[in-house]
Amino acid sequence: MNQWKNFAKGIIKENPVFAMLLGMCPTLAVTSSAINGLGMGLATTFVLVMSNVVISLIKAMVPDKVRIPVFIVVIASFVTVVDLVMAGFAPGLHSALGVFIPLIVVNCVVLGRAEAFASKNNLVSSVFDGLGMGLGFAFALTLLGSIREIIGNYSIFGLKFIQTDGILLFILPPGAFITLGFLIALINHLTRKAKA
Amino acid sequence: MEYIIIIISTVFVSNIVLANFLGICPFLGVSNKVNTAAGMAAAVLFVLTIATIVTWLIQQYILNPFGLGFLQTISFILIIAALVQAVEIILKKVSPPLYQALGVFLPLITTNCAVLGVALLTIQKDYNLVQGTFYAVGNSLGFGLALIIFAGLREHLELMDVPKGMRGMPIALVVAGILSLAFMGFANLVK
Amino acid sequence: MAKKESTFTNMLLTLFIVTAISSLAAATVYNITKGPIAEVQRIKQQKAIEDVMPGFTTIQRVSAMPESGADSVIFFKGYRDTLEIGVAVTTYTYLGYSGYVKMMVGFDMDKKITNVKVLDQKETPGLGTKMADSLQLIHQVIGKNPGEFKLAVKKDGGQIDAITAATISSRAFCDGILRAYNTLDKVENEKNK
Repeated sequence: MNQWKNFAKGIIKENPVFAMLLGMCPTLAVTSSAINGLGMGLATTFVLVMSNVVISLIKAMVPDKVRIPVFIVVIASFVTVVDLVMAGFAPGLHSALGVFIPLIVVNCVVLGRAEAFASKNNLVSSVFDGLGMGLGFAFALTLLGSIREIIGNYSIFGLKFIQTDGILLFILPPGAFITLGFLIALINHLTRKAKA
Repeated sequence: MEYIIIIISTVFVSNIVLANFLGICPFLGVSNKVNTAAGMAAAVLFVLTIATIVTWLIQQYILNPFGLGFLQTISFILIIAALVQAVEIILKKVSPPLYQALGVFLPLITTNCAVLGVALLTIQKDYNLVQGTFYAVGNSLGFGLALIIFAGLREHLELMDVPKGMRGMPIALVVAGILSLAFMGFANLVK
Repeated sequence: MAKKESTFTNMLLTLFIVTAISSLAAATVYNITKGPIAEVQRIKQQKAIEDVMPGFTTIQRVSAMPESGADSVIFFKGYRDTLEIGVAVTTYTYLGYSGYVKMMVGFDMDKKITNVKVLDQKETPGLGTKMADSLQLIHQVIGKNPGEFKLAVKKDGGQIDAITAATISSRAFCDGILRAYNTLDKVENEKNK
């Protein structure tokens, strides 16, 4: 398998958020700022890669009917690791992401890749798949977070460039929905043009 | 009285989907028809309430006394997965027509972040068992309300002339945003 | 690759083993991160105390139950050598727009407010969050003794100008400080009985 293609598909063509519309909850919830989006994206990538690794290693030993609960437990343990490490070493980010850190365990991207790929492919391919999907997810979240932060708070990664409040709607819940809607429309339009 | 307040604030003021972003996947995925939306809402009400009660008991009587707080994520999600399995089996025996009606939605509830989310938030907010139950019921009702309203809106959208680039998910998201904006108007409902 | 048979024992055994290993891994990481996590909490608290009560050399920690509210309020009595200089109080309120808000209030020996820091809140960005990051409310209470003026928003008959479009967050701000002051009062009265 061409590992480069395997990796790259997760970034653009099969981007979990823009192309496959997975992992919507964290995408909308934590993207009120670029750094939060990036932090969540990287945390999810870690969980995704690690669980892909473990699952592709143990796949022969897991009876078919119990595989989903087993995958979920594996994912949950890496989520716990990320949760604890962030609480101890990145408390600001941990506090900002809040309940969405443990919710990585039900992120459809993670379970989806475990089921669709890692349980059927070898270790190396699973690593690259996880990296591609995870970084694609991180890219999407950071992009959405940046747009919302720039318009909603006149800042980027915490650095304010206009010293007043931005168009607050964009950092509030409605703004998340609306921004993502237009972003997906834009990306659909660009992909359609590229295919033509 | 405080229980009424919990219900009102979870359904309107702090709606689980429109303000807290939990349960978005089924919200966007299952909401194109009002009946399927209603079916999903009913299933979620059932699972979410029982899951909140069971996870609360586990936290209170097993995790806390033995200092096992770090096992929260693993134990909670296992409980929810097991619960959904059990509900499926019981429903199949007790009420086959209902089981048929809910169909493929049941297993999907395991990955519904609303279920795990509410269970975790109940612990975070330090609710006791009764408050927690009302919180769970309230959130399920809020989820159902958001879902059903949205399904109604989407059924209308199907019949409208939407610009090509916005058709499908984009316009659905923008409409969800406007719905979320509308619900923000409930802000001062609870003093 | 031949998969294992899905017999009941196999399934149960696999699930049990995987869960056991996961729990062990979680426990290990928990033990490793226990120290850093406790340290983060300690630093956060230390900084909060320093922000509202500058210039102390030692702290005496006392906790007390307020008249209303499920959680205790914690007093950090500050001493410069042997002279008591004031008290920093961690207090809270549930009246925030998003519920729980945690605050640290500093009182000097005349029970005048020295400073207020909001430690934890999830208020609406740009509106309610102004209670924490702008000085609009804090400026109105510094140097005042809550026993000598009505600490409430003007809408409720008090003297505080609420933040525009954030009345609820402003109310929460007042409620938190009042809880600290009233509990402080209560404890001192009990001591003097």
